[in-house]
Amino acid sequence: MRFVDEYRDAGTARALSARIAGLCEPGRDYAFMEVCGGHTHTIYKHGLEDHLPPAVSLVHGPGCPVCVIPMGRVDDAMHIARQDGVIMTSFGDMMRVPGSHGSFFDANAEGTDIRMVYSPLDSLKIARANPDRRVVFMAIGFETTTPSTAMTVRRAAQEGLRNFSIFCNHITIVPALRAILDSPDVRLDGFVGPGHVSTVIGCRPYDFIPRDYGRPLVVSGFEPLDILQSIHHLLRQLRDGRCEVENQYTRVVAAEGNPVALAAIDEVLEPRADFEWRGLGRIPWSAMQVRERYAAFDAERIFAPPGARVEDPKACQCGEVLTGVIKPWECKVFGTGCTPETPIGACMVSPEGACAAFYNFGRLRHRTLGAESGSAGNAKAPKAVSTA
Amino acid sequence: MIRMCLGIPGEIVAIRPDNPDIATVDVSGVRRAINIGLLDACPPGPGDWVLIHVGFALSRIDEAEAQAAMEFLTSIGRAYDDELAALRASSID
Amino acid sequence: MTAAAQRGGAGGTGGAGGGARGPGGRGGAGVLDRVEAARRRRPKLRDTHITSAHGAGGKATATLIDAVFLEALRNPLLEPLEDAAVFTAGAERLALTTDSFVVTPLFFPGGSIGDLAVNGTVNDLAVAGARPLHLACAVILEEGMDVEELRRIVGDLAGAAARAGVSVVTGDTKVVQRGRADGCYITTTGVGLVDPDLHLGASMARPGDVVLVTGPIGDHGITVLLARGELDISADLRSDTAPLTGLAARLLTATGPRSDHSRHGEHDGRSEHRGHGGLRAMRDATRGGVATILNEVARASGVGVVVDEDAVPVRTEVRGACELLGLDPLYVACEGRMVAVVAPEAADAALAALRADPLGAGAAVIGRVVDEPPGTVLLNTTFGGTRIVDLLVGDPLPRIC
Repeated sequence: MRFVDEYRDAGTARALSARIAGLCEPGRDYAFMEVCGGHTHTIYKHGLEDHLPPAVSLVHGPGCPVCVIPMGRVDDAMHIARQDGVIMTSFGDMMRVPGSHGSFFDANAEGTDIRMVYSPLDSLKIARANPDRRVVFMAIGFETTTPSTAMTVRRAAQEGLRNFSIFCNHITIVPALRAILDSPDVRLDGFVGPGHVSTVIGCRPYDFIPRDYGRPLVVSGFEPLDILQSIHHLLRQLRDGRCEVENQYTRVVAAEGNPVALAAIDEVLEPRADFEWRGLGRIPWSAMQVRERYAAFDAERIFAPPGARVEDPKACQCGEVLTGVIKPWECKVFGTGCTPETPIGACMVSPEGACAAFYNFGRLRHRTLGAESGSAGNAKAPKAVSTA
Repeated sequence: MIRMCLGIPGEIVAIRPDNPDIATVDVSGVRRAINIGLLDACPPGPGDWVLIHVGFALSRIDEAEAQAAMEFLTSIGRAYDDELAALRASSID
Repeated sequence: MTAAAQRGGAGGTGGAGGGARGPGGRGGAGVLDRVEAARRRRPKLRDTHITSAHGAGGKATATLIDAVFLEALRNPLLEPLEDAAVFTAGAERLALTTDSFVVTPLFFPGGSIGDLAVNGTVNDLAVAGARPLHLACAVILEEGMDVEELRRIVGDLAGAAARAGVSVVTGDTKVVQRGRADGCYITTTGVGLVDPDLHLGASMARPGDVVLVTGPIGDHGITVLLARGELDISADLRSDTAPLTGLAARLLTATGPRSDHSRHGEHDGRSEHRGHGGLRAMRDATRGGVATILNEVARASGVGVVVDEDAVPVRTEVRGACELLGLDPLYVACEGRMVAVVAPEAADAALAALRADPLGAGAAVIGRVVDEPPGTVLLNTTFGGTRIVDLLVGDPLPRIC
């Protein structure tokens, strides 16, 4: 696959890995936060940490839209799904996220009609095919996904569809970054910046990070070599005494972003004065809601969900994981009370969630893999990383 | 799990004649109609590569930029191979 | 060091130096041991209702079977939860298996529910080392179903039975109200004969063994997913549904009688049976895909399995669809592919035998059985890293078999 395979080459990774090790100052440890859940997934899925020297550690950030949705919003979505004639549609990622009374899947077992879609446009298709039903799209995601929702609403309006609406949970990345930088608990040397969000908003919104907080940020692609290269660029900045926003993902991200996408968002949605994030609490102006002009497509106006605030389960430390204060395995219930089969928190559900990624892919990383673990037909043995 | 947080490169193979906002893309032999309305400022055509996210083309892939970045990566790879070769040569007495 | 460790946060015992990046770095492997202990505990069924996850072939399915079915029906033949039960009746050793088919759509490129209903059951017998004899077939029809459609399905069923060399010798037909079934559901039950000296099973794998797959994986799952039309994705793909009887027979012949390969398994006392020569286990990789099979082998044998990502055969179209949808081909179902575990000295012969058959032309060695870590499947990634390949957790893939 073009633009994919060439960014998964093990030989180049080893070379880059050697460069990275060379850039590390002896005796100094580095902690970089990868903001995006998509990055977290890549890191574990490809075993990227096997290419990092012990001095460099990655801290997983809040950029998993499913993980930061508070339980109250999941409950609200289910409230809407239970209304007469409603078909709720959602990305697959949301289906297993626990609300206070189970997940979308559990709700379906009890009679709701919540369907998975690949694109918000598929929800529109379902609405057209079911004129006697009310179709609601559970809109979630950062700026990457928001334009698609906005375009879909605009399309629905153009077609005069009367049975389609969105339950808007779109959030914005910059306030979340600011919240993390303001947190006294987090020590970071720099950021692997969100690549796909940046295709929409560009690179300039991050300027405050080097300017006000003295941390470098490298906007990064999502293939493993992209991330490794971004780490290389961060270390190079630190070595050279630079601190700036750099763009590693130039093949996709333009400095000014995508003005058409920004205009579409602005036409349909407006900033919400206040939104609760799981783990980060209430953050002003950190989310979007449907503009008055498109009120007919706003599920919050149509169905008036209760909007109750639901506390996370006591044992759940998703908040600390999402802000990088603790690593997944440092959570009290990681892998015991909270597993992918019986998740307590959303970080254990989403494929982008740090806990799920670590549990499913990385759990045994630092155990000696045994002398015999070389694989068939290939001299390449898994790296035996022992710390015991 | 059908995941949302994905951006996958695909090649545009055709623009729908009746609706220029819809294009057929090819991802490794797999085809789907996607919406390219977000690229209106500079509409792509057949042969162009785009980044696909939840059924929309989010951005065009800049081939020149991709090539430049790849050259950086391969140069690191080459330098590394040379170093390894030099190391091996020097360790043979 | 992690940010938390730098702060000297709770539980930060200073770590064991070195790579403090992982859980092993702080206070030894305490967390991992706790997690492993939790994993070894028999899973409790906490759900109050059946969800689609219980049918996905992953952890939720396993938990349901254990907590409801095994709990009530437990007996020594059922307990190993193999594809087929093998027992002696009179002078013969028989294999018995059953499988239900609820696929939508009923027809898809490369086959139909009729093909699946025969091949699925025949394959469960074949991988148990049995020669399939007869099938029973029960059909549940939905009121309103097109008789012509049913005729086609039964035609496919007959064709598949002929190809596999079995006959349908008994059956049952029921009709349910419109809306109570997706056109038609089929259950087939199969019986086959097993060589008295043959002992295969997921628990027979030993360190050093080689893992093979008989062809590109995931064709069936992706074909059916796309054929449903909901994703609007098209690709030139066909289901791999096929009988594995021929391949199984070739493997049994190629790996030879047990006396040729007596070196392995004799001294470890883990099993009194040594398997059929160099052949330890065969499994057809249906629901849950190759990853699920390998996890079953790893657990049942108490071994590790290391797979090479580069060595796993996957068609470009399957890969494309998986990348587009965020799926992992290792978990996508096949209906005519088998995973075989063979002794190292039998690997070349096994591979050659598989490749000599058109159905096994794409066969490949994909990995190896190792000592550590027991019960775990590891993947050497293309990128040069290593990660776990775990059992699937309630993946909400639509019904594909």
